[in-house]
Amino acid sequence: MKNTLRQVFHSSKFVAGFIIFVAILLTMFIYPLINPGNPLQQIGVGTFAKPGTYVSLYDATKAPVSTFRLPDAAEKRLGSSLSEEDKVAMVEWFEAVGADISDLDTNDTEKMLEMWDEYYDPSAKPKGMIRAKILYYGRLDKSLKEMGNGDGDSISIAEPNEEGVLEETKKILDTDYVNTKEVANVKTLPLGTDNFGRDVLKELVSATGTSIRIGLIAGIVATLIGLTLGLLAGYVGGFLDDIIMFVTNIFTVIPGFVLLILISYSIGQEQRGAAVVAIVIGFTSWTWTARSVRSQVISLRNRDHVNLSKLSGHSLVRIVLTDILPYIASYVVMAFILQVSSGILSEAQLSLLGLGPKTTEVPTLGLMMNWAMLYSAHTNGSWWAYFPVILTITLISFSLNLMNTGLDQVFNPTLRD
Amino acid sequence: MKGYRKYFGKKLLWFVITFIVAVILNFILPRLMPADPVASITGKLAGGNSDASAVAEIYKRYQKEFGTDLPMIQQFFRFCKNAIHGNFGLSFSQYPRSVSNIIASSIGWTIALQLPAILVGWLLGNILGALAAYIRKGYDKVLLPIALFLGNVPAFGMAVIMLVIFGVYLKIAPISGGYAFDMIPHLSWNFIKSVISHYQLPFWSIVIISIGGQAVGMRSMSIYELNADYVKYSRFLGIKDRKIVGYVFRNAMLPQVTGLAMSIGTMIGGALVAEIIFSYPGLGSTMYSAVTSADYPLISATTLIITIMVLVMTFLLDIIYGFIDPRVKAAQFE
Repeated sequence: MKNTLRQVFHSSKFVAGFIIFVAILLTMFIYPLINPGNPLQQIGVGTFAKPGTYVSLYDATKAPVSTFRLPDAAEKRLGSSLSEEDKVAMVEWFEAVGADISDLDTNDTEKMLEMWDEYYDPSAKPKGMIRAKILYYGRLDKSLKEMGNGDGDSISIAEPNEEGVLEETKKILDTDYVNTKEVANVKTLPLGTDNFGRDVLKELVSATGTSIRIGLIAGIVATLIGLTLGLLAGYVGGFLDDIIMFVTNIFTVIPGFVLLILISYSIGQEQRGAAVVAIVIGFTSWTWTARSVRSQVISLRNRDHVNLSKLSGHSLVRIVLTDILPYIASYVVMAFILQVSSGILSEAQLSLLGLGPKTTEVPTLGLMMNWAMLYSAHTNGSWWAYFPVILTITLISFSLNLMNTGLDQVFNPTLRD
Repeated sequence: MKGYRKYFGKKLLWFVITFIVAVILNFILPRLMPADPVASITGKLAGGNSDASAVAEIYKRYQKEFGTDLPMIQQFFRFCKNAIHGNFGLSFSQYPRSVSNIIASSIGWTIALQLPAILVGWLLGNILGALAAYIRKGYDKVLLPIALFLGNVPAFGMAVIMLVIFGVYLKIAPISGGYAFDMIPHLSWNFIKSVISHYQLPFWSIVIISIGGQAVGMRSMSIYELNADYVKYSRFLGIKDRKIVGYVFRNAMLPQVTGLAMSIGTMIGGALVAEIIFSYPGLGSTMYSAVTSADYPLISATTLIITIMVLVMTFLLDIIYGFIDPRVKAAQFE
C-alpha cells in the first residue's frame, strides 16, 4: 500500500492534478471563513455590477479629508469623464482636418488633448460636415476646456435645515481625498455581482462545493451499482451474467443524457434538490464501470489464489473482498474519478437545459451558468458572471482527468513515458 | 461473407432489442412518476378559472385526448401505433403546430451541424494524437497539456467562449440562429451564405472539443502500440519507419472507432447543449424551449428522436467496425 502510494505520487501528472484539486478544495473550505454569510444573499440592486472595490459615497463625504495636489489628477479626471463617443468624435475631427492619426492611441488621453488643442479651430468648417456636427464640436471643446482648467472646482453638499430649506453643509474641493480605511463602508467584489445582485465570488465558491458534492454522490452511486453488477456478473457468471450483461449492453447504447433528461423532467422542479439530481446522474452512468469490472473479474476468477480460497471453503463475500477486490481496486478508483468529473459536467448540462436542481436552495455551477445565459451575460460583456464558472468546471475536470491519466500510467506500465 | 452476415445479424438483433427497450423507457419513465402531467397542464390552462366543474371538464377532455384514462398497456400500443405513423400529437407551446412538424424542421439542422463536426473533430484529433505519440518530445510536451485542457472544457463553455471572442468582440460571425433573422428559408445564394456564416461558430466549437478528447486517447493508444513487440521486431527486421507507423496507426485506430461508438451519445448530448448557447434551430434548442414551456409531448418526442439518432449512429459504427477489424474479417473466412 505504502509502496503503491509512493509510486502514485512519483507520477508528475497525478501530482499536478492532485495539487489543482486540493487547491480548489482548500479554497472551498477557507474562503467562507474569510468571507462568511449566505452566498445567495442579494446584496446589489440591479444586475451585473462590475468587479472592483465599491466605496460608499455617503460615508466618503463624512470621512476626514486630506488635501493632495497630484500633478496628473486633472488629466485623469478628464480621461474618465471623456466618453468613448467623444473620443470617436475627436478622431473624426482630426481626420476631417487632415491630421496624422496613424499612430494615435485613443486611450492616451494626454496625447488626445494635446492634439485637440493643436487642431481644433472653432472657425474651421471642414468640407461636408453638417452644421449640427460643427456646433456639437463647439460644445465638446467648451466642456473639455472647462474640465481641463482643473483647480478650484468644487461640489457642494446641501442638507435641509429645520425650515426644510436646503443649506450648504459641506464643500468638496477637487483636491480633497479620503483614506479608504476611514470610510465606514467599503466593499470589494473581486468578481462583481450576478443578475440577482449576488456576490459572484462567494456564490462561485459555494457552488463549486455543491457541484463537487453532486459529482461525489453521483460517482459513489454509479461506482457502487457498477461494481456490484460487475462483480456478480464476473464472479458468479452463468445465467446471472447473461441477464446483467443484457441490461448493461442496452444501457450503454441508450444515451445516459436522454435518460437523465426524461427522469429529471418527470421528477418535476419541486422535488429536484441537489442530492436527487446527483443520485439520478449516478443511476444513469454506471454501465462503464460494470463492464470493465466484469472483464477484470473474469480474468481473475480462475487464478490459483482464488481457487485456493474456494477450496478452503471461504464464503463468496470473503473471496470477493479479499481475493478479488484488491486486484481491481485501481481500476475502480480510476473509474470513480472519471465519474465524479462527468457527474459535475452532467449537472451543468442539465441546469443549462432548465432541468437542474431547484434554484432557491443552493447555488451550483450549472445554475450559475444557466442564469448568466438567461440574462445574456455573454452578449452584454459581463464576463465575470460566466467565465469563472467555465474555468472552474474545466479546472476540476482537468485536475481529475490528470489524476486519472497519472494513475493509468502507474498501473499500466505499457503506457509509461 | 457468412461470418460477416452472422456479425451483422447479431448487431441488428441488438439494435432492435435496444430500440424496443428505449421506446418502452421513453414511454414509461414519465408515467412512473407521481406527478400527473395532465393535471399540471390543466392547472396551467385553467389559470385563474375557479369554476370547479369547468376545470374538471378541461381535465377530462385532456385525459381523453392523451388517452390517460385507458389502462397502461393500451396506452402503450396507442403510443407505438401513433409513433410509427409519425404522429406525436400537438405541441402545447407552439399550438397548433404538430410535434412531428416541429421536429421535422429542426432535425435537419442538428444532423447537418453535429455529424460533420464530430467526424472532423474525431479525424483531426486522431491525426494530432498519432503525431504527438510519434514525435514525442517537444510537441508531446506542449500539445498534450493543451489537448487535455481543451478536452476538459465543457462543450457549452467552449461555445460561450467562441461566441464572445469571435461573435461579440471580433464580430467575425453572427452569434445566434441558423440564418439571419430577417430571412425566410428558401433556396437562394443569399440564404445559403447566411446559413454558412451562422454555421461557423457552432461547428468549430464542437470540432475543438472533440479534437482535445480524441487526441489524448489516440496518443496513449499509439504509445501502447509503439511499445508492442511487433514494432520492435519490425525495427530489427529493418522495415522502414514510415511503414511501421502505418501499421501502428491502423492498429491504434480500431479502439478509437469503438471509442467513438461508445461516446457518440455523450458527444451528441454535449453538442445539443452547445446548440442552446447559439440558439441554433436544431433539436437542442427545441428541447430547451420544450422544457422551459413544459411542452410535454414535444419533450417526449425529442428524447425519442435523439435516442434513435444515437442508436442508428452506434449501429452504423458497429457495421463499419466489422468491415475494418481484421478479427471480424478473419471470422468471415472460418
